[in-house]
Amino acid sequence: MCQTKGTIMSVNHAQRVDLEVVADLIPPQSRVLDVGSGDGLLLELLQATKQVDGRGMELSQRGVNECVARGLSVIQGDADKDLKFYPDKGFDFVVLSQTLQATRNPKLVLDELLRIGKHAIVSFPNFGHWRVRLSLFLEGRMPVTKDLPYSWYDTPNIHFCTIRDFVNLCEELGATVEKATALDANGQKIGLSMPWWFWNFFGQQAVFLLKR
Amino acid sequence: MVALRMKRTNNEADEPSSPVLRFGADKPLKLDAGTLLSPFQIAYKTYGTLNDARSNAILVCHALTGDQHVASTNPVTGKPGWWEVLIGPGKIIDTSRFFVICSNVIGGCLGSTGPATTNPATGKPYGLDLPIITIRDMVRAQLMLVDHFGIEKLFSVLGGSMGGMQVLQWASSFPERVFSALPIATGARHSSQNIAFHEVGRQAVMADPDWHGGKYFEQGKRPEKGLAVARMAAHITYLSEAALHRKFGRNLQDREALTFGFDADFQIESYLRHQGMTFVDRFDANSYLYMTRAMDYFDLAADHGGRLADAFAGTKTRFCLVSFTSDWLFPTEESRSVVHALNAAGASVSFVEIETDRGHDAFLLDEPELFAAINGFIASAARARGLSA
Repeated sequence: MCQTKGTIMSVNHAQRVDLEVVADLIPPQSRVLDVGSGDGLLLELLQATKQVDGRGMELSQRGVNECVARGLSVIQGDADKDLKFYPDKGFDFVVLSQTLQATRNPKLVLDELLRIGKHAIVSFPNFGHWRVRLSLFLEGRMPVTKDLPYSWYDTPNIHFCTIRDFVNLCEELGATVEKATALDANGQKIGLSMPWWFWNFFGQQAVFLLKR
Repeated sequence: MVALRMKRTNNEADEPSSPVLRFGADKPLKLDAGTLLSPFQIAYKTYGTLNDARSNAILVCHALTGDQHVASTNPVTGKPGWWEVLIGPGKIIDTSRFFVICSNVIGGCLGSTGPATTNPATGKPYGLDLPIITIRDMVRAQLMLVDHFGIEKLFSVLGGSMGGMQVLQWASSFPERVFSALPIATGARHSSQNIAFHEVGRQAVMADPDWHGGKYFEQGKRPEKGLAVARMAAHITYLSEAALHRKFGRNLQDREALTFGFDADFQIESYLRHQGMTFVDRFDANSYLYMTRAMDYFDLAADHGGRLADAFAGTKTRFCLVSFTSDWLFPTEESRSVVHALNAAGASVSFVEIETDRGHDAFLLDEPELFAAINGFIASAARARGLSA
């Protein structure tokens, strides 16, 4: 693990353990589009460790300007509206990390990811996690946790799903799940041998590698 | 004084104080108008040193009323170069690292062949006998200059407004000659509103009795009033309502009360009159007609069956587009449509919209976010090109 990666990851390690899992799925020199690239953390990580040809799309203009100033190839754009401009299979990998739940039309966005990329990588917070269930079940309130810190009225996350929901959507869109990983509350991978219900209960985040 | 000024402008047109590359009958410039321009000349300035691999050249394209004096004192106005905030030793575009070329466009009036240039066939200035010049013609001429330096691939081509149009044309016409492209505050076409403003300017020039059907030099005159009005109208489009209000508001000019007359009561009037008057000292009226026409005719998509993405098919050039929130001459949407076309073409593209109230002219000003974006883009392109820091 190189120096750069360590430095970058340490900044935001707590919130974004999924980035490392995503990066591990991408072979060197790939063409990658990161949809919802935020502050460019993943693109920088991929450029430093995998020498990818990386591009980003980000909704917040401030995030974009900072990325471009750091030499990343990023445009301002909306996953719901602007993916249609990209050609079919123009990228080896299209990544949507922690953004699906904030889109207006997750089904359409996922469909576009599968069209643009030879592979799509999607990571999202699992709304089926036991803490979420507990908050709803015992307190009868929308969950506010360290990883989902927003109140219901000001959250950008308008389309939460559980791991099982997501798997269903993939089936509906004719996508093949090439690989799936669930991370527990400590950012540790949950064993592959565990059944879906176990992942759906103990997985706080999930990372899927898909193709169609 | 008037005669002196006329002479000087004429001299810069024929014998500019910057280097000139002259092309004889053997090397005519093919024009979109369907004719050949020959002989013709290109006046240019260079800064820095071309490296042995000839891989560190940056071509800067100037805007409507710009010139080749991008990073050194302008010989006509005595003012600093028009992009000295950005370009020079140790600046964002560091001339101790890069070889910067800037040429006066064809149709201009500071030494490249334009309407003020003496037509060798008649011994008089071309005036309106010069064929209409297009953005593509300007770029073709620049290519001949770049060839003259033996530069196979420009490290970067950058420019704002009409300069940005040239950048897009370069990337579209000669993609293999452009490693990276930075079109700023521009668009792939001139909008109807922009053509409208240009038409107002041209009509102002042509309505001036001193214009003489474009043959004013032969009459010992210049349409200064018409050109000044054209500049005043255009200048408003380079600013924004917010910036005008911030700078001038309804403030009165050197007076305590309204005069109930048509003097420049308001500061904004006085400011615009000054802009108009100083402009005519440095710019040729016919050249203004040609430059505005070149921008009006620009429509990159139309040259490719209406599909802008086809203008960039298969491009390997790295792009970075910049727009400004308060620019209503080339609003962000114009840049965004270029970005979408580049996405469709699978191009590598960055796009930054900068928040400012300074309008279209923001690209010429000290805008830290603009500089940060250019710096980041140039630095990463230089790494990709293998240029040492």
